[in-house]
Amino acid sequence: METTIIDTPTKTEGLPKLKINALESEAIYILREVAAQFEKPVLLFSGGKDSITLVRLAQKAFYPAKIPFPLMHIDTGHNFPETIEFRDRLVKELGLELIIRNVQDSIDEGKVVEESGKYASRNMLQTTTLLDAIEEFKFDACIGGARRDEEKARAKERIFSVRDDFGQWDEKNQRPELFDMLNGEIEMGQNVRVFPISNWTELDVWSYIEKEDIEIPSIYFAHKRNVFLRDGMIWSAEDEVVFRADDELVEERTVRFRTVGDMSCTAAVFSHADTIDKVVAEIRESKISERGARIDDKRSEAAMEKRKQQGYF
Amino acid sequence: MEVLKIATAGSVDDGKSTLIGRLLYDTKSLTDDKLEAIEKTSKKKGYDYLDFSLATDGLVAEREQGITIDVAHIYFSTASKSYIIADTPGHVEYTRNMVTGASTSQAAIILIDARKGVIEQTNRHFFINNLLRIKDVIVAINKMDLIDFSEEKYNSIKADFEELMSKRDYQDQKITFIPVSALKGDNVVNRSESMTWYKGQTLLEHLEELDRKDIFNVGTPRFPVQYVIRPKTEEFHDFRGFAGKVYGGELSVGDEVVVLPSMTRSKIKDIYFYDKKYKKATRRSSVTITLEDEVNVSRGDMLVKAGDLPTIDKQFTATISWMDSQKLTTGSKYVLQHGVNKVLAKVDRIHHKIQPDYSGIDAETDALGMNDIAQVSFKLNKPIFYDAFKNHRTNGSFILIDSHTNATAGVGFIN
Ligand SMILES: Nc1nc2c(ncn2[C@@H]2O[C@H](COP(=O)(O)OP(=O)(O)O)[C@@H](O)[C@H]2O)c(=O)[nH]1
Repeated sequence: METTIIDTPTKTEGLPKLKINALESEAIYILREVAAQFEKPVLLFSGGKDSITLVRLAQKAFYPAKIPFPLMHIDTGHNFPETIEFRDRLVKELGLELIIRNVQDSIDEGKVVEESGKYASRNMLQTTTLLDAIEEFKFDACIGGARRDEEKARAKERIFSVRDDFGQWDEKNQRPELFDMLNGEIEMGQNVRVFPISNWTELDVWSYIEKEDIEIPSIYFAHKRNVFLRDGMIWSAEDEVVFRADDELVEERTVRFRTVGDMSCTAAVFSHADTIDKVVAEIRESKISERGARIDDKRSEAAMEKRKQQGYF
Repeated sequence: MEVLKIATAGSVDDGKSTLIGRLLYDTKSLTDDKLEAIEKTSKKKGYDYLDFSLATDGLVAEREQGITIDVAHIYFSTASKSYIIADTPGHVEYTRNMVTGASTSQAAIILIDARKGVIEQTNRHFFINNLLRIKDVIVAINKMDLIDFSEEKYNSIKADFEELMSKRDYQDQKITFIPVSALKGDNVVNRSESMTWYKGQTLLEHLEELDRKDIFNVGTPRFPVQYVIRPKTEEFHDFRGFAGKVYGGELSVGDEVVVLPSMTRSKIKDIYFYDKKYKKATRRSSVTITLEDEVNVSRGDMLVKAGDLPTIDKQFTATISWMDSQKLTTGSKYVLQHGVNKVLAKVDRIHHKIQPDYSGIDAETDALGMNDIAQVSFKLNKPIFYDAFKNHRTNGSFILIDSHTNATAGVGFIN
């Protein structure tokens, strides 16, 4: 038996000793509320570091029982192959249930139209596939890995965020969240988006991954890759889903990814951080915010808020 | 690394966003791309200074109207602490947001525009922070540059505020005054060269040294059961774990406990955090507890130490802060959520409405509108297990849910 006193208070409410323990306890509390308050929760799994962190937190929340809800991946078909390979291995090792729904199917069914041109991306199209899947399985709570520090509109997001029958977010009519109490009461057809790591920063997530020794996809670490530069950003030239003009020259560089979204809209950064401690050190020093590397937010200042109102993650 | 959550309060244009932006800027917490965006927008608007308020005002409507309409959370850290600032708007009609922001905060900053001094709004901001028993309140007297950094005027504002302090209910609240210019950066992170008469700490210096005692961890241990873990695997065949968070004090293996409401007694067998067992659980840790005996426990029940029981009752009186556009009326029914426990509550009597500005005018009423604060008595369909709010933050507070709209309609602090 461990003799140390466990010291894991909740961060949102005051002054804990160790921040990461506090964040962890808070997330576990939220995940348990989801399991208790909802009939059909699902964990939205992208294969990225945030959703991998959520899986670990869910394991901890329900140990020694299994995680009492499935994972769901909305697959754009443009994921990094490393992410998909990682996803399948994780699910197998932990004996989890994984639901996959494909954006390609939504395109084939004529529900959405593929974008074209230089900045074409399937990122926006995911929303339709996601909302259809929520309806198909009658999910009433969707757990996501969004964090308030990512983006200004996210900073206003609740931990339990109610979406109407159309999956939309009414940011002006949000429920106040007082103390620790989470109100998950909803009407039939509505659902709640749940963000257990709302209060984590990017650095917190990385520190946790380091502390817990959590495995993550290899593209998060520095590797050699054929890339080209556009608009001051670094794009992978190794897959045809990233549009590249003939005059955009390819060169081999050592890079890594800070987020692993859809390949068509996720830029790399030059980096030699090939181990977790080097990555943590790099993030600590970094002066470009994480979302700076995502082209979809650069489209307009209000980009994220618009997507969220429509039902995006 | 420690975390400090701070609520801010101020009227429109007192400079709340500018102050937060200034904190971020002077602690070098703004990333290059954010800074660039601020510079670009400031220039576009024709300002000859940096409009830091752009660092925090998140929603489109806010940018359009240039106001803050909802609670936003801002994160930054120094070498010694991580900070979360709940940016809560200060309009008259948004008491609700302020209560919300303050409910999870350890400290609060109240902003005063030095040109205006203590105004009715200031009374309200102070009233709410005192009602929520926030331990540390910093009164930042801002825009000192616009009153020639006058010590005399600062002292007169301070004296006005001190008069309010004599009327407060929670007298132990610690109040600190700091003269600042958020726009110019005086006494925010860096010491002011224009106010050498001020010998106290800058805002950040003060925050860095705040008393470390967690106000959420006072009181006796209460363990509301969130979820019952039953793995039903071969290895853990008979495992029945009670998952929850420890509020106040600590619980140890071997402690004699009482399960509420059944009043069954047992002893704590094991305390799990994930796959490890611990001797003690404390400070709001999310643990799983097993008991020596086979006891019937379900969500909403509470484990407490034997001999340390909370009040168990089907009626009580509380201070209510109403947050919904639908009025609260005598006789109306709500779902009352106390921690993770839900019961039905009926409004028995609205005693009187409290004017949240220390005017002392308490009006008789039979209905509460948005932002009203009042003493209200309730009758419940089942007993709850509570402590007075002044003794236990978590176990002394609850929310009221409108069962038609499901909205969180109000919050209560039990007397
Ligand atoms: N001269 C001066 N102007 C200030 C100061 N702080 C804020 N302001 C200005 O006051 C106005 C309102 O500030 P803002 O931060 O948007 O106020 P908020 O509504 O409380 O968030 C803006 O034009 C600011 O530039 C200050 O210390 N000195």
